[in-house]
Order: sequence, then structure tokens, then C-alpha cells
Amino acid sequence: MSMKPFNAILIRDIKLASRSFGDVLTLVLFFIMIGVIIPFAIGPNKMLLASIAPGIIWMAAFLSSLLAIDRFFRADFEDGSLLAMRHANISLSAIAFAKLIALWVITILPLIIATPILAMMLFMDFEILIRTILSLLAGTPALIAFGGIGAAITVSLKRGGLIAPVLILPISIPILIFGISSIKANAGIGVESAAMLFLIAISLLAMVFAPFAIALALRLDQE
Amino acid sequence: MMDFNSAIDLGPHANFIIAAYIGVLIVVFGLILSTMLNAKKQKNRLADLDAKGIRRRSDK
Amino acid sequence: MKKSSSATEQTLKKMNWFDKLAHPGQFLKWSKYLVLPLTIITILLFTIGLWFAFFNSPEDYQMGDTVRIMYVHVPNAWLSQFTYMAMAVSAIGTLVWRHPIADVSMKVAAPLGAAFTAIALFTGSLWGRPTWGTFWEWDGRMTATLILLFMYLGLIALWKSFDDQLRAAKLIAVLTLVGAVNIPIIKFSVDWWNTLHQSSSISPSGIAMPPSIYIPLFVMMFAFTFLFITLHIVGMRTEILRRKADALERKSLNQNEKRG
Repeated sequence: MSMKPFNAILIRDIKLASRSFGDVLTLVLFFIMIGVIIPFAIGPNKMLLASIAPGIIWMAAFLSSLLAIDRFFRADFEDGSLLAMRHANISLSAIAFAKLIALWVITILPLIIATPILAMMLFMDFEILIRTILSLLAGTPALIAFGGIGAAITVSLKRGGLIAPVLILPISIPILIFGISSIKANAGIGVESAAMLFLIAISLLAMVFAPFAIALALRLDQE
Repeated sequence: MMDFNSAIDLGPHANFIIAAYIGVLIVVFGLILSTMLNAKKQKNRLADLDAKGIRRRSDK
Repeated sequence: MKKSSSATEQTLKKMNWFDKLAHPGQFLKWSKYLVLPLTIITILLFTIGLWFAFFNSPEDYQMGDTVRIMYVHVPNAWLSQFTYMAMAVSAIGTLVWRHPIADVSMKVAAPLGAAFTAIALFTGSLWGRPTWGTFWEWDGRMTATLILLFMYLGLIALWKSFDDQLRAAKLIAVLTLVGAVNIPIIKFSVDWWNTLHQSSSISPSGIAMPPSIYIPLFVMMFAFTFLFITLHIVGMRTEILRRKADALERKSLNQNEKRG
């Protein structure tokens, strides 16, 4: 398999997203706003906010990416380009893999870039911020992979909306657990690195197997 | 319920035990009832269709 | 008309025994004879089990009478996982053999699994209150069961949101298998998370059980399992009939349109 069509799809998706810059901006705004409204809910206590800041940032990333799921394959499905891609000289799983990487770049990367803003407002230590960013880098590929499966399964539903997040949320809980545990420094010796290893393992496995599940779902949907 | 209670002593936590069994009873009977009603409904539908003369070729 | 019916007979003859058993029409025929015996076995098992549970089992020396909640809690906790297993096996049947009976089995199992899981949680919390002092504990097993309930409910919601049930079956089969792969990971992560934050909760599983508790427990396990099998088979029969009726209604609508 040559890498040419793979790269073409990757670049095409990223280009399309950069053209609809508004969508990316909306998602980042949503991400930041979740972090900003929480102090209104629990009070501006510096100690409290600093201690739960990693959790808030993970929750914000979690919810933002879940809400973005619905868009994953919909446009390509509706304008028929998904069908057209099936006749390209490349397997559907490879296409799904390329799209997952593109999705990570256009939905998650902007959120990670915006993380320092939230960290500042939530009085996070610099060290914790670095850990949080590392844990997001390690865990979000799995989140995107699961999201992709949910999106592929519900792509033909006209009123999909909330169903994909509801399906994906329960199986994404381990990502959240290991993501948070890899940040917290006071959990015990070796706990963070163990959590980080589990997180990376889940992300790798999810990124390897999700493209096949996505390809299967898309193929079954168009039979 | 009173008879039940006096027949066997369920100890200090009788309320919890009885509540648990009543909950199970409601859900299980709900399942059985809905299964039976649904079965009946579909049978009636097929019977209605049959009475109208709409049936499959394979089952005469 | 005669020609077509003999054609079905011809195709039936060519199939192997498994395909014959699993053919929806044939399934309706042979499963008819199972419903009554299964119902009787279920009722008998429940009668014996409940008699043991209430009149012929001692109170546990540690848990007291609340041990009686276990007789309904443990079977349902087992069924909550067994039903998912049955669903995952059916999902393989749907994807690999493309068999309509597997679709039907998968669809009927989901609400049953959700109900058993809900019972397991409900009885678990009523058991937890006297033993742990709280209705809800973020204990590994309870939390994993709650997540399982969400998975069942999600699958039911997905079944309801598709109009085309044939397409739904294939896609839901994919999701069911993705869920099946993830269940052990969820269980592991939740247990791991729980030990991180554990204060000190007593897990009832650590207590050695005398045989007088084993007997009612095992009878009740079989009783609930047979309840599941009975409801599952009756539900599958109903679902096949429903699809038949739907197909006939569609057919008659089409004919009317042609005439009109």
C-alpha cells in the first residue's frame, strides 16, 4: 500500500477543517467555557480549584470531544465522498485511520493548545499543567478512536445528535480514570507511571483496532 | 405483609429484605407481563392480517 | 403457489441441521414445544429456591438475615453478565453468519439484560445499606455494574432509533462486540481506581459461605437463568412474528398502492 492516498485523505480533512475555522473555534470556546463556569458553581477558592483543576480540564476535553463526535463522518457521508473513497485504491480501514488522525489534529490539538489558559485561571501548578498536557496527549487518541466508532455506527441516523456520546461515554470511562490518575502526584509511588502506561496501552490498542471497527460499520451501513 | 413478617422473623433489617424482594417481584412480573402482552399483540396482528386475506405464500 | 412452497422445502432439505434449526420459520416450529416445559421448570425452581431462601436457610453469623437479599442479588449480578455474553455471541452470529435469528436474539436480550442489571444494582444497594451503612458505594463491582447498565440502555436506545432493523442489527452487533472487548478493561480500571481511593469497605465476597447458604443460592441462580432463557425464547418468537406482520403490512400497502 502506498502512502499517497492515505496522506491525501489526511491532508484533505485537515484542509477542510482549516477552511471551516469557525467549527474549531466553537469547540475551543466550549472547552474553555466549561472550565470557566465551574468556579461560578463551586466558588473561587484557590486551593479547591487548584486541586480539582486536572479533573476539570479532563472533563472539559471529554465533553468537548464527545460533542464533536456527531460531525466526524456526517459531512462525508451526506455528500457521498465516503462512498467515493471506498472505490479509491486504499482499504476502508486505512481511510478510517487517516480520518482518525485528522480528527485528532482538528478537534483535540486545539483543545490541548488552549489548556494553559484554563490552567492559569484554575491556579494550576506549572508541573501539574505539564503532566495534564502529557496525559491528554496520551489518552485523547483513544477518546477519538472510540468517538469514531460511535460516529460510524450512528452516521446514517438523521437525528443522531446525542446518541453517539451516550454510547461512547460508558466505554470511555477507563480513559478518564487512567488520564486523571496519571496526573495526580499524591496518589502513591509508581501510580502515575502505571496509569500513564495503561493510558498509552489503551490509546495504542484503540487506534489499531478502531479503524477496523469503523470500516466494518461504514461498510455494513452502505450495504 | 404482616402475616409474612410474623411467620418468619427476618431480624432487624426486615424492611430492606422485603423491599429488595418486592423490587425484584415488580421488575420480574413487569418483564413477564410485557413479554406476554407483546406476544399476544403480535399474534393478534397476524390473525387480523390473515382474516383480511393477507398472508405469505409459504404458510398457507 | 404450490411451486413456491415446495421450493422452500427444497432449500430446507439442502441446509445442514444448524441452518435448519436457526431458520426463523423452523425456529417458530420447534421452539413452540419448549415454552411450556421451560415455564414449568422455572416456576418449580423458583418455588424450591424461595422456600429454601426463606424457610430453610439460617441467618449468616456475620450478615444476619440480610444474607437473604443475596439469593436475589447474586443471580441477577450473574445474569447481567451472562446476558451480555449471550448478546455478544449473537452479535458474532449476525456479523459472521448474517443470520436473522442472531439479530432477533440480540435485540430481545438487551432489555432483559438491562432489567437484570437494574435488579442487581437495586438489591445490591439494599444489601449495602445494612452491611456497609450506605446505599451506594463507589465499589469496583457496583460501579462496573452501573456502567454495564448504561451500556445496555445505550444499546436499547440505538435499537429504537433505527427504522430499518436489518441495518440496525449489523451496526449494533459491531457496537456490542466493541463493548464486550471493553468490559474487562472497564472492570479492571474501576477496580484499580477504587483501590486508589479506598477508605475501608468490607466486600461481602470475602466471607466464607456455609453449604446451607450455597443450596438456596444455586437453586436461585438456576431459577433466574431459566427465567432468562424462557423470556428470551418467548421474546424471540414474538419478534419473529412482529417482523412477519410488519412485512405483510408493507406488502399489502404496496399492493393497495398499485391498485389505487
